[in-house]
Amino acid sequence: MSQLSRREFVSAGIAAGAGLVIGFYLPHGNGSHKESFSPNAYLRITPDNKITIVVARSEMGQGVRTALPMILAEELEADWKQIEIEQAGASTLFGDQTTGGSASIRTTWDPMRKAGAIAREMLISAAALTWGVSRSSCTAENGHIKHAASNRSLSYGELVGRAATLPIPSDVPLKQSKDYRIIGQRLKRVDSPAKVTGGAAFGIDLRIPEMKYAVLSRCPVIGGKVSSFDDKESKKIAGVTYVGKIGDSTVAVVADSVWGAMEGRRVLNVAWDEGPNKDLNTAAVMASLKQAASKKGASLYSAGEPARVPGRHITAEYSLPFMAHAPMEPGNCTAHFQGTKCELWAPTQVPQDCRDSVATAIGLDPDQVKVNVTLMGGGFGRRLEHDYAVEAALVSKAINAPVKVIWTREDDMRSSTYRPASLHQLTATLDGSGFPVGLTHRIIAPSISGQKGQPVPNGVDPDLPDEAGPVYGTPNYLIEYVLTETPVPLGWMRSVYALQAAFALESFIDELAAAAGKDPLKYRLQLLAKDQDLTYFTTTWHTARMRGVLQLAAVKSGWDKPLPAGRFRGVACFGCFQSYMAEVVEISMETDQPRVHRVVAAVDCGQVVNPSILEQQIQGGIVYGLANALRAKITIEKGRVVQGNFDDYAPLRMDETPMVEVYSVPSQEPPTGIGEPSVPPIAPAVCNAIYAATKKRIRALPILSS
Amino acid sequence: MADITLRINGSEKKVSVSPETPLLWVLRDTLELTGTKFGCGAGLCGACTVHVDGTAIRSCATPVSQIAGKNVTTIEGLGANGLHALQQAWIEEEVPQCGYCQTGQIMSAAALLAKTPNPTDDQITRAMNGNLCRCGTYERIRKAIHRVAGNGGAR
Repeated sequence: MSQLSRREFVSAGIAAGAGLVIGFYLPHGNGSHKESFSPNAYLRITPDNKITIVVARSEMGQGVRTALPMILAEELEADWKQIEIEQAGASTLFGDQTTGGSASIRTTWDPMRKAGAIAREMLISAAALTWGVSRSSCTAENGHIKHAASNRSLSYGELVGRAATLPIPSDVPLKQSKDYRIIGQRLKRVDSPAKVTGGAAFGIDLRIPEMKYAVLSRCPVIGGKVSSFDDKESKKIAGVTYVGKIGDSTVAVVADSVWGAMEGRRVLNVAWDEGPNKDLNTAAVMASLKQAASKKGASLYSAGEPARVPGRHITAEYSLPFMAHAPMEPGNCTAHFQGTKCELWAPTQVPQDCRDSVATAIGLDPDQVKVNVTLMGGGFGRRLEHDYAVEAALVSKAINAPVKVIWTREDDMRSSTYRPASLHQLTATLDGSGFPVGLTHRIIAPSISGQKGQPVPNGVDPDLPDEAGPVYGTPNYLIEYVLTETPVPLGWMRSVYALQAAFALESFIDELAAAAGKDPLKYRLQLLAKDQDLTYFTTTWHTARMRGVLQLAAVKSGWDKPLPAGRFRGVACFGCFQSYMAEVVEISMETDQPRVHRVVAAVDCGQVVNPSILEQQIQGGIVYGLANALRAKITIEKGRVVQGNFDDYAPLRMDETPMVEVYSVPSQEPPTGIGEPSVPPIAPAVCNAIYAATKKRIRALPILSS
Repeated sequence: MADITLRINGSEKKVSVSPETPLLWVLRDTLELTGTKFGCGAGLCGACTVHVDGTAIRSCATPVSQIAGKNVTTIEGLGANGLHALQQAWIEEEVPQCGYCQTGQIMSAAALLAKTPNPTDDQITRAMNGNLCRCGTYERIRKAIHRVAGNGGAR
């Protein structure tokens, strides 16, 4: 499984998920939950009327512990107040459990609905048999089966005994969206109360008896190794119990307390073999992208022949730096190795990867490794890596005791995986009225999956099909990808390549509008005026839906209304993870720096499951994306990551945060991604507003250093 | 190692730790009060915010020896009887996403409202600007603080 790309994980997840409720189910009345009704692994109903819904994705703030159960509860016709949530650990029952690619709702939409509907139909059958009436005369409603003709009613709890003896139907009716009473509601998140009292247990909060704490000294130079170490001073620190090499490139300091371990590491003396990257710097990386730009790329999208179209040519080049996820909860994992088994408590987006990679690292079979999934203090893709889990397991094995490995913020910043730096070459050919008849976007960037040794079919990084598709129906349109290599560790960061692709494309479209002397929003609407279906790998993008979000953003932002003096607008739109997004920003310039006052975001993500969570995700994505746009930049000097904490890698604070208004297009299409699509348009929208204010184009992020 | 007596959430606690240990780790590891979070270890993010004699401080950058004899309030002790008005407002305004920084945010907000029961937007920004949130919940935090101030609910 770890050899599959993230894209394949997602695809496999859909396939496995769809067959899941039929293919896999827990035995009725199994040992641990006697007397319960559990027609599939997602659901358990007990005679005391408790309904437990199992969430097989990880909660990192995006609301899956609320939204996924809402989907099942809808079809179950459950009383939402009855529902209890259980977090699944790494399992074989749920297909791929990766939480990423804005895929949790879109990949569980069908299996969760079917799981609920199957149970509902079985409960109806159980009631019909109990009463000796026809199934069709019974209805499911708010946790009860009712027989209106005789005014009888039984709770689900009262029916579980009988329901558990019935065969599991394979083909069940699903509700029409007009009949939804849970999906589409602003139900409060189930995890909020514990998160405001301090009771919520994140990975870092987990404690098991006899547990030690470890911090690791990692080679500061990318790809370097431990040459030797001297632990004399470390062992003088109170509470330090162990210092030892873990793998080739780290030394672990173990203590009775986190502080003891940190102090032990502070005085640890390690001699590093700095390896082949000791002279690497950012300028060399960017130069290597430029050099690679002359190579022929792999075609991502191809319509017509843009190179042969006559007209006025415009070209521009854009670049983006490495960026770090920097979730608030630093990396950590707790492991307890016990000879023939190992248990982990991991804040992870990939419990199954953690299981498999830990098993390999410590020489056990995957089924000897149990992974419990904890709450996560943010993920943003950083916890798609399983480095913390492997470290924790190795240290636990080395000391033969349970241990929690904790990363400091500096560890997180300097030993992370980074959003790939990229270079973008755009070319357009304009017709007589200033609209492109030819458009070429060349993306030059290292492959995240490729670096990790995962398949890169036909030279196409497997994430690009979700993230770098066409927006406009330009008749001659080419999107190309030139795969490059870098020793800088790469990771999937919120919206992945969509951020880079959108920055380049949507800045460029603005340049074209300016060259044509046209309003940038009306220019885009004109480019989207014709209804077209643009097929991009397995996704079909509809210009009509993109036009819809752009029009909605135009209306809600009052695009046609004059702004107060000193205020300027910018717009961008983009589609990724099957969702459509448009954003209009209002800025002012303060001593050459933009201040973003207002963002109007319009989204079409199909059926909205919980509007409140949707708004959270879009607001949060825009704040995250704005931090990326303004300041996020990881640089390398002498093979080392320069930035270390929130002073030199500074996220947005309250004083820089704009008001974000969120509007969604009413839709009954199946739900699509929402965790990431709001991130990409914000950088180009702000840069386009800066152009409106200053006539200066920003072609390299971050804004504040260019 | 030193024996230090602390007053945490109204009760006396004796701990035996190195005196330079940051209060954060004494709260989390020794006293098992894990609602106070580690985010940066350098006083830059505010996830570790607690009150010392009513003032919001960063426990990650405060040696425990400086706290002896002072009154410490953590998120666990904020609501004397059930939820503090801010905690309730945080739920009503659906502030938390990942939630990791929110206990620190609430402690900063509580210290603000204790001194300034009806803060302006500027006063809120100044008081809250030291607390980072990577989920981007700032505008909801602002609304939640206004909600409590508007209700006169600050305790």
